[in-house]
Parts: sequence; C-alpha cells; structure tokens
Amino acid sequence: MTYERQKDFGTPEVLSETQVTLSIDGREVTVPAGTSVMRAAAECGGSIPKLCATDNVKAFGSCRLCLVEIEGRKGTPASCTTPAEQGMIVATQTPRLEKLRRGVMELYISDHPLDCLTCSANNDCELQDQAAAVGLRDVRFGYDGADHLGAPTDTSNPYFDFDPSKCIVCSRCVRACDEVQGTLALTIDGRGFASMVSAGQTTDDFLSSECVSCGACVQACPTATLQEKSVKEIGKPERSVVTTCAYCGVGCTFRAEMRGEQLVRMVPWKDGKANRGHSCVKGRFAWGYANHADRITSPMVRESIHEPWREVSWVEALEFTAGRLRTIREESGPRALGGITSSRCTNEETFLVQKLVRAGFGSNNVDTCARVCHSPTGYGLKTTFGTSAGTQDFDSVMHSDVVLVIGANPTDAHPVFASRMKRRLRQGAKLIVIDPRRIDLVRSPHIAAAHHLALRPGTNVAVLTAMAHVIVTVGLVDETFVAERCEADAFEEWSRFVAEERHSPEFLQDVTGVPAQTLREAARLFATGGNGAIYYGLGVTEHSQGSSTVMAIANLAMATGNIGRPGVGVNPLRGQNNVQGACDMGSFPHELSGYRHISDGDVRSLFEQDWKVTLDDEPGLRIPNMLDAALDGSFRAIYIQGEDILQSDPDTRHVAAGLAAMDCVIVHDLFLNETANYAHVFLPGSTFLEKDGTFTNAERRMQLVRKVMEPANGMQDWEVTQALANALGLGWDYTHPSQVMDEIARLTPTFAGVSFDRLEAEGSLQWPVNEAFPDGAPVMHEAGFVRGKGLFVVTDYVPTDEKTGPRFPLLLTTGRILSQYNVGAQTRRTANVVWHEEDVLEVHPTDAENRGLKSGDWVRLASRKGETTLRAKVTDRVAPGVVYTTFHHPETQANVVTTDYSDWATNCPEYKVTAVQVAPSNGPSDWQENYAELSGRSRRIAPAEPAE
Amino acid sequence: MDAAKLAYMANQIARNFDAIGHDKAALATADHIDKFWDPRMKADGFRILDNDPDLLGPAAKRALETLREGHDPAPQTRATEFNAVNEGGRSDAG
Repeated sequence: MTYERQKDFGTPEVLSETQVTLSIDGREVTVPAGTSVMRAAAECGGSIPKLCATDNVKAFGSCRLCLVEIEGRKGTPASCTTPAEQGMIVATQTPRLEKLRRGVMELYISDHPLDCLTCSANNDCELQDQAAAVGLRDVRFGYDGADHLGAPTDTSNPYFDFDPSKCIVCSRCVRACDEVQGTLALTIDGRGFASMVSAGQTTDDFLSSECVSCGACVQACPTATLQEKSVKEIGKPERSVVTTCAYCGVGCTFRAEMRGEQLVRMVPWKDGKANRGHSCVKGRFAWGYANHADRITSPMVRESIHEPWREVSWVEALEFTAGRLRTIREESGPRALGGITSSRCTNEETFLVQKLVRAGFGSNNVDTCARVCHSPTGYGLKTTFGTSAGTQDFDSVMHSDVVLVIGANPTDAHPVFASRMKRRLRQGAKLIVIDPRRIDLVRSPHIAAAHHLALRPGTNVAVLTAMAHVIVTVGLVDETFVAERCEADAFEEWSRFVAEERHSPEFLQDVTGVPAQTLREAARLFATGGNGAIYYGLGVTEHSQGSSTVMAIANLAMATGNIGRPGVGVNPLRGQNNVQGACDMGSFPHELSGYRHISDGDVRSLFEQDWKVTLDDEPGLRIPNMLDAALDGSFRAIYIQGEDILQSDPDTRHVAAGLAAMDCVIVHDLFLNETANYAHVFLPGSTFLEKDGTFTNAERRMQLVRKVMEPANGMQDWEVTQALANALGLGWDYTHPSQVMDEIARLTPTFAGVSFDRLEAEGSLQWPVNEAFPDGAPVMHEAGFVRGKGLFVVTDYVPTDEKTGPRFPLLLTTGRILSQYNVGAQTRRTANVVWHEEDVLEVHPTDAENRGLKSGDWVRLASRKGETTLRAKVTDRVAPGVVYTTFHHPETQANVVTTDYSDWATNCPEYKVTAVQVAPSNGPSDWQENYAELSGRSRRIAPAEPAE
Repeated sequence: MDAAKLAYMANQIARNFDAIGHDKAALATADHIDKFWDPRMKADGFRILDNDPDLLGPAAKRALETLREGHDPAPQTRATEFNAVNEGGRSDAG
C-alpha cells in the first residue's frame, strides 16, 4: 500500500446501544450516543481542523481549532468536547469559524520555526496540514516576539528526539503517556508562555526519566517535536505493510513503514485487536537487529565443533546435513534424530519442522520452547477445563472488577496488555498480586494493589489452596455455577480437601510467608468483588508443581464462578510471540496438530495418507530428555530452529554436555547464538520482516505476518526447512506459506475454517474456527466447558526438593526486564542495551548487609549446579532470603546455577526456585572464563579460499 | 538413561497423584508414562525394576510393572484424553 497516515477520528470510539442522528454540514449521520461532534463528522467523511485531539486519548479542548457552530446554541463550541445529540444541526465551515481558526493558527505559527522544507516531518506534519486547511496566508503578529525557537533538543533517548522548539504544547504526548501507556512520565511544566513538555523532574531528560520508551508520545505528536531518529536519518516513509510483532505473546500488529527496502519505523496499527494501536519499546523500536553486523547470511558447516566454521553454498550445506542425518539414521535408527520448533517462527514454519522430524527423520522427537515455559498450562487447563488456552481476549480486562496477577510481571514482559490492565485499574478495579517480588504493578502512578502476597518461592500451591480454604469454609463458593457447570463429585472431594485445617492460611503462613489475615482478605476480595480475572505467567508454571498450580488456579476460578463471560477467566500470559501457535501445530512429541495423540491409529492414518509416509506410533523425547539421551549415546542429531537452548534452558553445563555429545547439531538462526558453539551446521534464518506466515497470540488470535523486505539470507525459514526436507528426498513443493496453512486446515479440525484469504479479509481469527465456531471464539466456555463439565482437582502441596541450607541459604528466582527479550539475541543487538547492558542480581538490604554488599559490587552467585558472577543491586523489591536476576546476557549465563528439577507432569524446568549463596567476588567464575574462551574459539570463521 | 533420574521422574509423578490413593495413583502414573514417555525411557524404566527397584516408590514401581506386563491403561485423567481424529475440542497448549 502507498503511504498515508492512519485515519484519526479525533476522539475515541464510544460504545452505546443508543444511537443519535444529527446533521453536519447538511449530511445526516447516526452515531452512538456520547460520540463527539468531531468524531461524528469524521464518521461521515468530514474533517474538522484539529491539533490537540487524536482518537486514542480523551478530548482535551485546548487548541480551539475544532470550533463549530450549532444551530440554537451560543458561541462556537469545541467539537471534540461536544457530544453529538439527536437532531443537532452543525456547521463546520463558516466565515466566522474560518476567521477564528486562522487567528488561532497565526498564534501557533508565530512561535514555530518556519523550516518546513528542511524539517523531517515535512509533508507528514499535522500542523502543516492544518495551516493549509484553515487557509493561513499571513501571520499578523510577526516573528519578532518572544519565542521558544532556541530551546535545546533532548537527544538522550536512543530512538527519538524531543525538540521543544517545534512543540505547540497540545499535551497529546502527556495524555498518551497517561491514558494509553499509563506511566505518567510526562507533564506540562510551567504556566502560560513558559509551558513546556517535561519528562520527570526538571533535572531529568527523557532517558533518565521514568519514560519507558513505548513511543506513544511520538505517535501522538502532531509535529516533529517528538520524532523517531530513523525518520530523520532515512526520510519519510513511502509505503506501509501491516504485519505482526515477533516479540512477546501479546501479538501487536504494526504498520511497517518503508522507504524502498529500508524500514523507517514501526507504527502500531490502530485496527489491531490485540494492541489497539499501542506498542512497547521492543516492538516499536527494537528491530535494528535485523540489519546487525552479527547477522549470518551464508550457510556454514564444520566437521567438528573444534574447527572453525566454513562458509559454503546452500547446496553444499544441505548435502552435508542430509548426509550426516542419513548416516546417523542408518547407524542408530530414526529415534536418534530430533528437532526443536521455534515459538518465534510462524505457524507454517513450525508445522513444517515437526513434519520434517516425523515424516523425514522418522521419529517423534520434536519439542518446542513451551516445554520450558507454559507446558504446565497445557496439562493443568486441559485437566480442569478440558482444553488449554487463554479463556479471554485482551479486551476482557476492561470488564474486570478484581484482577489477580500471580507469577507474572506484565509491565515488563507483556507491556502493551499491562497498559490496558492499568487503565482498568485506574478506573477502579481492585488488584491482588501474588509474587515474591514487589513488581511495578504493586504500586505505580494511580495504582496500588489491594493486597500483595509476597510468598516464599515454591509455595504457589499452598497459597492458592489456602485461598480456596477461605472461600469454601466461609461460604463464598458460587454454588449455582458449580452446580450447573462442574462435576459434582469432584467438587465435593475438592471442597472437603481444601477445607481441612492443614490448608488454612493460619496453618500455612509459616510455609508460605504470607500473613494469614492478608491471605484471608485477598480471598474474600476475589470471591466477592465482582468479575474476577486471573492472569498468570511463568512464576506459576516454572516450578516442580507448575501443573498443580495451574489446576489450583482453575479450581479458584470455577469455585467463584469466574469463567465464561467478559471480565473473568484464567489467562496464561504467554512468553513468546507464537508459543500458542507452536503448540497448536503439533510441536509436542506426543501429539500431532490439533492435540491428537500419536498412538491413535486413525490420527496417524490421516497424516500418513496425506504425507505418504509411515509414522512412529510412540511418543518422542522432550527437550530435557533429548539431552539426557544424548549423554547415553542414543540421541545423536538435532535440528534447532530459532531457539538458543544453551542460554535459555536450565543447568547450562548439562545442556552443553548433551549438545557436545551429539554428532550433528543443526542451528537455524539469525546469529551464531550460544547453542551454535556446539553446532556442526549453521543455516541462516530470516527475520519476521522477511517472511510471510501467521502467528497465534495468547488470545488464540491468528494474525498474518507479511514480508516487507527480501530475506537477507535469500530464503524464508519455511523455504530452508523445505530445502532440507528435499535434501532428504521428501519432495515437498510448497510455493507459499498459504499452502502450508491449507494443509494445516485440511488435517486439523480446530483450524478447518482458517486460510490466508480469510485472515486477509478479517484481520484476525481466534480459534477454534470450524463448523461449530465459524467466526472463531473470543471468550471460551461461555455456555459450557468445551469438554463436558469443569473438573475440580485436588492439588496437594508437595514442597520442591530444591532446599535451602547452610551452604545455600537464599532462594534465586529469575525473570525478564522490559527492554530485553528472552535470551536477548535480538534486543542485545539494539539500542535497548542502554536500559539493561548486563544482568544484575537483586538482593534485599538485610541479606546484602549480612554479606557486606552494596549496589554495583561484583558478587559470586553459586548453587549446587554451578556459579557465575554479576553485579549486585540492593533493593527491597525482593523479600529477605530471596534474590532475583534476569537471563538476558550470555556473559552471565544465569542458567549455570539453575537446576534440572522440573514440573512433575511436563518436565517444565524449575527456574523459579534455586537454592543459592551470594558472596563478594572480584572476577568472573571459572565457568565464565572457560566459556568466554570456548565461545570465541567456536565462532571462528575460516577465510574463504581464493578462487583457482 | 540415568536410572536415578528416571526413577526420580517416575516417583515425582506418583507423588503428585498420592492424594487419590495408592491404586489409582499407580494407574494414573502408568497412564502418564505410557502417554508421555519415549520408548527408550520406558525400557530404561523397566530395567530399574530389575536392577534398582529400591529407587522406586510403591506407586511408581507398580506403574512400571503394569506397563511391563503389557497393560494399556485407559486415560486416568483428562490430561491423557486426546482428540479423536475428527475432534477439535481439547488442547494441551503450553
């Protein structure tokens, strides 16, 4: 599409069942009651001049440019703040209005640099447009008065500049920060002529302020005051393509605004149903990794991991790889081969990888990174609700009265959804946070959690069962819901179980660390506060009782009747952009797409006929089991697409040993990641900007990913997998990912109604999309659970075997930070490092004092598994006895210290509980030194041999 | 595969079914292993029965014995009920 701005209706959409009809410039228009006159005019194709109004923030009425005349009313009211009424007759263009608007515009322009021709916003500036719209020809006041033209530009933010000389003080940036992002970092400092947009305190610039660099202010700015540096460097975009973000599971859609083959900027798509026109610092700005110098665009191979890499042609790389795979299969059988699909790649790509493993390698040894994040969600929700998926869409939170956040940190890990949640909390919804850390949500501008249950890591089940104890014993169960929607016998058994005294808050408070009274109040609030919604993340799942915790959450939702309508539900906040889709596509070793077990002969037969192969009828290995099997020699080859298991998976030394034991490690990625240190084949990957396909977000929303530039490596990832399949003789002939989706739809009942054409026409679809749900399902379990009735499950608290003791007295828990993503492979290669250039260890002041530590000190973090060093940050965000760090940087390798304890049902690692000791240090650990040496040696690329 | 590790996994599964009683826990553990373990893991689990039976708790031991005897346990939990070929309702998306 050619470049044009997204349509701006001036004021937000109003949802009302009452409609009013009015006349605007002789045209009749019908709009929901409460809609502004400005928006009503825009709805019928009109355009009232405006500067301070934009449709993602509330009307402000300050610029006085949008004045209109209304028959029977005195004066010239602002159309942005005037609601449309039945029978109203409005005139938007009259000589009187034209004169008034020109006067207003003269005042603005008298204090504005007249540098349009050299301004980076030339021809993309609302001030310029409105000056033309009002017919400005002259400024009667001249340009000699006091002005702001000499105000210095703030260039501190790596992605955008703030040039106050161009500011018209419309407050759109301030209101966007308040209303859209919810950070409230900006304000208008001073009065009258001295009024000026200010980030934080007067001593702050944008970088040092509380600004989270979401870019909402930049998007809101009508001039070049707040503008992307990339626009200044590259120029105004010429075209735009709507595509889907490749970071977290929110699944924001963006307009990739292009100039030729260069991406100029990513602008949130206002019609995107997941993000509603908002974004975070990663999605909007952190795409520079796509062109980073570290990117590898040629295939490489080596005989052994001790040799340097050798750049080769695609043909040679594929022959080398296929040869090794064939040899291993002949020597050790097909079950010696396997693969890992990527939750960052498209549905079509993950489908092809699992198809390659099953149909080409001949085994079911395929797994995905959901193994190490939300696999317990799958087990827990399937057991209780009959199906595992987020029960709501993101819009649902706007109908919640009580929001319970457990084991999640949405403002850092799912920031765009967090902004929506914060908006609802500012409207008055109550918040309960269950987390060992005082996450930002607990107390932020205009938000304070009603209760923060700072539990001891590893005691989620005990806390949730204690909440259930209160609800049952006090008589707060929604008896009607339970009677109608749940299995009666199971409920009786569960209610007897939770009612036992050993599950009371008083009995458990010494175990959980949560005061009984606080827990009782939180339970009462959740059960009685209206619509109660539960949002959770990896702080729930990454435990030895992750699956039990998910079931305890589901029990709580069913007991209080919080299922099956907007505002309630159980909502796993998924970590990666397509983790839902990767699971849907048959990435687990025990099942084919659509969650059908591999041992089912009818299921296998369907795929065998379509794929013309015979499939193994036994489940394959999960990722941790693959590594174990590698060490005993029975698993020898792995194809890893878009994952860096050496950095992301627990017990790094075990992962390294497993990879080193294999005879063929194929890494298909953008960069020589840490796993590639142990690889024999490197197949260069393509970024999300370079491919077509679909992602499925945490709402089960399937959205198109559209190619905006050619792949730097020459092939999209699905083409690379197809080339490898064909090197093994499979004879695939897809010419576009839409054909893969057609195959998925043909073979998978849940997706029977999905196609690229349909997604193109409708923007997105929330599965299931089939005969029963032809248009998808935003809210699940509305009339009844998908499979029969809801099942209460007894969840006995079983303490983890990872124990603290004299040698390791502290508990380490790990997580993410806003500016970085997962192992940091992408975000570390962007300017986001200015916010987080290294992993740090949060230590409580008491624990720090006992060890003689202060912020900035190097500390040794040691567990039974290993040790690393990093800098300390002394903070009371963590409770005494708890330390916290992130895992974004390979130099730290936080997973050197995590253990191989895992969830009992799914083997999801217990990242969140590791017994550790912290002590002062003066240098890197032996592991870090050895690894740095290995890493440097392993990344050597042999110089190309000169041509004969 | 490492016997101690496999035994730990089997015991951990059984322990989390403890609340439903020994016989049901053993059957549920057998069902779980049957649906989610790779053949070499099952085979190595059977070897533990012969070589290191003391590594196994009662329910885990009974579960592995049940499988070695060739029983194909019916689904004991909804987690081990999967969609039939033309069904689409269930999901265990992680």
